[in-house]
Amino acid sequence: MLLALYTIFIYAPVEKTMGVIQKIFYIHVPSAFLAYLAFFITFIASIFYLYRKDSKWDTVAHCAVETGVIFCTIVLVTGPIWAKPVWNVWWTWDPRLTTTLILWFTYIAYLMLRRAVKENQRANLSAVFGIIGFINVPITFFSIRLWRTIHPVIITSRGLNMSGPMKFSLIITFIAFCFLFFSLLLSRIRLERLKMRFAEINEIMDEMNFKK
Amino acid sequence: MKFVHKLGAIIWKDFISEFRTKEMILSMCLFSFLVLIIFNFAFGSSPKFDRGMIAGILWVAFVFSGLTGLGRSFSMERDRGTLQGLILCPVSPWTIFLAKLIGVFLFTTVMEIITIFIFAILYNATVLPFLLPLGLITFLGTLGFTAIGTIFSAISATAKARDVLLSILFFPISVPVIIASVKATGIILKGQSLQMVFPWLKILVAFDLIFLLVSYLTFEYIMEE
Repeated sequence: MLLALYTIFIYAPVEKTMGVIQKIFYIHVPSAFLAYLAFFITFIASIFYLYRKDSKWDTVAHCAVETGVIFCTIVLVTGPIWAKPVWNVWWTWDPRLTTTLILWFTYIAYLMLRRAVKENQRANLSAVFGIIGFINVPITFFSIRLWRTIHPVIITSRGLNMSGPMKFSLIITFIAFCFLFFSLLLSRIRLERLKMRFAEINEIMDEMNFKK
Repeated sequence: MKFVHKLGAIIWKDFISEFRTKEMILSMCLFSFLVLIIFNFAFGSSPKFDRGMIAGILWVAFVFSGLTGLGRSFSMERDRGTLQGLILCPVSPWTIFLAKLIGVFLFTTVMEIITIFIFAILYNATVLPFLLPLGLITFLGTLGFTAIGTIFSAISATAKARDVLLSILFFPISVPVIIASVKATGIILKGQSLQMVFPWLKILVAFDLIFLLVSYLTFEYIMEE
């Protein structure tokens, strides 16, 4: 299953390429959307956690942030590579770029917070931060519409702003990236569950040793 | 006891403990003074600074020294072991939050009033004719960043390396408020019309409301052990 997903992911962009540097577009755009999606998942999972107090939701929020940060990093790395030949600079202090960078910092801060606080408070505090941090996602998304910027607008009220074949290949890569995203997210969640069970088993083992 | 009395009691407690030592307000004022001086070294002492740029310098001084006050707001409770007592008080978490916010806000405002006059002298900025709009921007901007800072102060109070953690949490989230305040202050200092300030003021008001609403909804979970 996983192998098949990876083949789609590698196969699709090669097949549908138009131009050389513009190819990055197919990685850049889906990654950006999936980063937003990941942070949205964190937002929802954090709310559910505070509401239900089920550690399952805390795990989901945590893993979604990790996956989202990976995709956000992909966006921030592919962006400058694309911008260098097209805009002739690696980086400009454009609203879209700046807000994306701030978004990245926000969720790095989330991960730092998890490491720094005590275990009994970790889930609560990071859920609160997951909710507050989400304020930056809509700002980033709408930044190209609110302010004057050189970053192109892809999604308008009239649908996708590009030609037919490109639209098609974007959709293909988007679906492939979705599969990649969810497989990463799910395996990360599974890993976290296994870690928890391992810790439980360890505790039981310690108790047994102690009794001996 | 009424809500206002409870609120007043916590604020009064913070004020008394502050006036006994005066360490917070003094260090905040000195720090912002130093930030103003350091920027003068960093950019060279050219007599003609860009008005937009000195607005940035002013706000860096405000936010950095405000952050030192925010960091102390909850960590001093923890250091003295009074955080438990505060939580055990028969008041709602929202009251604790609001009292802490008002306390920090007042300390920060005192610091800002002193800073803005030092700033006007050092950077040769005409401040006096614009005191009213500047005061409004400073009020809204300070309310925004102290509101979000108070939440993060409570979050990071029990953490390891809490001062670093507070800045890491605080800056990414408070960026919209700081940008809006700097832009609005720059427009005022350039002497442009007040019409141009309104879009930024709207952003400031919106973020103040968002931050207060979010803290109202989430603060009780931070106080849970």
